[in-house]
Amino acid sequence: MREHKGIKLALIFTMYGYIILFLLVPLLFIFTKALEQGVAVYLAAILDEEARSAIRLTLLVTAITVPLNTLFGISAAWAITKFDFKGKQLLLSLIELPFAVSPVIAGLMFILFFSPSGVLGTVITDFGLRIIFSVPGIVLATMFVTLPFVARELIPVMEAQGRAEEEAAISLGANGFQMFKRVTLPAIKWGLLYGVILCSARAVGEFGAVSIVSGRIRGMTNTMPLHIEILYNEYQFAAAFAVASLMSLLAVITLFIKVWIEHRTHTSTR
Amino acid sequence: MTIEIQNISKKYGNFQALHDINLHIPSGELVALLGPSGSGKTTLLRMIAGLESVEDGIILVDNENVASLHINQRDVGFVFQHYALFKHLTVFDNIAFGLQVRPKHKRPSAQTIAAKVDELLALVKLEGFAKRYPAQLSGGQRQRVALARALAVEPKILLLDEPFGALDAKVRKELRRWLRKLHNDIHVTTLFVTHDQEEALDVADRIVIMNKGKVEQVGAPAEVYESPVSPFVYDFLGNVNLFRGRVIDGQFSFSNQAETTNEAVGYVRPHHIKIEREKTSDAVISATITFIHTIGPIWHIEMRRDDDTYIEVELNKEEFLLLNLQVGENVYVSPKEMKVFIPEDFSI
Ligand SMILES: Nc1ncnc2c1ncn2[C@@H]1O[C@H](COP(=O)(O)OP(=O)(O)O)[C@@H](O)[C@H]1O
Ligand SMILES: [Mg+2]
Repeated sequence: MREHKGIKLALIFTMYGYIILFLLVPLLFIFTKALEQGVAVYLAAILDEEARSAIRLTLLVTAITVPLNTLFGISAAWAITKFDFKGKQLLLSLIELPFAVSPVIAGLMFILFFSPSGVLGTVITDFGLRIIFSVPGIVLATMFVTLPFVARELIPVMEAQGRAEEEAAISLGANGFQMFKRVTLPAIKWGLLYGVILCSARAVGEFGAVSIVSGRIRGMTNTMPLHIEILYNEYQFAAAFAVASLMSLLAVITLFIKVWIEHRTHTSTR
Repeated sequence: MTIEIQNISKKYGNFQALHDINLHIPSGELVALLGPSGSGKTTLLRMIAGLESVEDGIILVDNENVASLHINQRDVGFVFQHYALFKHLTVFDNIAFGLQVRPKHKRPSAQTIAAKVDELLALVKLEGFAKRYPAQLSGGQRQRVALARALAVEPKILLLDEPFGALDAKVRKELRRWLRKLHNDIHVTTLFVTHDQEEALDVADRIVIMNKGKVEQVGAPAEVYESPVSPFVYDFLGNVNLFRGRVIDGQFSFSNQAETTNEAVGYVRPHHIKIEREKTSDAVISATITFIHTIGPIWHIEMRRDDDTYIEVELNKEEFLLLNLQVGENVYVSPKEMKVFIPEDFSI
């Protein structure tokens, strides 16, 4: 392909230029903007009571949704790849649904369902529960949006692994748990970790669906992205960017873990 | 340990994979399950292992109903077609697996397990390979690890699905001889699946020939080879020439045109055909030699009959040199041995 060398170089330069311009520069801009008015302002923004509450809520929501969706992802991937059943294709498409639906619509869907005037609203208020404009609603919306990540990573990995190794384990006397721990898990662990990382990143950063169901009660139902938006709308740019820089840092760490996992899967596929 | 299979049928949706299988496998035998691809061999083997549910019929291993035992308590050693070694475990851990997953009170100590693994590694001639991963082994070595892993749990019976299927011809031959020898030493009842008749004839004490989910014939290798009970078995167990004809008063005679009554087909192995230059009787067939080639000590002669069907003959060196045949020559052939089947029982 010697004659295409020029094209190759041009493409590579364009790609890097594009990434630098649209990804790296804005990212750096976030950090410079955050520190524009000095470290004291930066720290104050992060340590502010409302900011801390938003961080706590985001971590709480992530801590609930990620394990649940991981469990769901493993079960779904297992069922889809290891068993034959009717409606398998349908299940596959349903798992992808949250990717196809805009998060805003997902949020509205929950409002429609759980708000006091909604379909299940009366039942819920009778039980004295609050879902909309409170933490359960935020958890539900985040779960919906992040549902596909783990399953999508695992399905191809489990498909490639097939059933034979697991059947071998069972025929050698292993019980279901031993089989999972000693045979299934080692084969899927990198794919699983990758899915969990992506799922967490999205759970932390989810804005659209959460902004609809949360009601943005300060100090109570504000997550980090919502808090940033509020600060921004109130022209507290330095504070907004300070919290944003914290989230960006999280994203960068995620990216590094992801690269590391990819490197590991590469070297461990003997 | 005997294996007793009674009235086993298996359906996948609307597809009948096995039809009413009855089979008795005596203790300590090495039995081949032989049949073309898709004949249901793997299905039957998996049902015996408990990897496939039994809905119709009964399978008894050592007089115990397989269906009533939990899958991981059946004491069956199963070697998978593509070995299914645990990729992320070393050879040592692969072989030790079955012992390590035992419940605490039945689990041997770490030293006992290590000793057992060493013993098995010696048995399968893989001393020094304990620390390797499956990907660092050749096909034949993986096959032997799979066997050692299955043997580690001291199974009552050993089931092997196309154990040599993925290996090249030379390794295949070596390994099957080795399996025969191993079986003579350890004597565990063994059932192995193959679609290669040579392999079955070479190693097995007994051959079960399957076709379309049914058992066609069961017998010792010589028995099934010498007296096939059906055209299918005849055809499957080696090359064969078909001669159309008719049976009158119990006597077969050749005829060229399709018969409307008493139609029959004579099956003749290539080495059971006599070639002559002169027409000695009416019961010979005229043919022209079209091709001669030799593989090792055997000469293969291909000839065309007047009705454009082909006959394949095999001669040994002496026979060939005596006749000194040339391509294009006209000769007369007659069967030295023939098996006649009436088309009604055709199941090809
Ligand atoms: N899980 C399954 N679902 C549907 N059909 C199957 C399944 N397993 C096997 N079959 C069918 O049953 C028949 C016998 O298969 P198998 O036992 O694997 O044959 P063999 O091992 O003799 O090649 C084949 O036609 C195959 O397509
Ligand atoms: Mg098979």
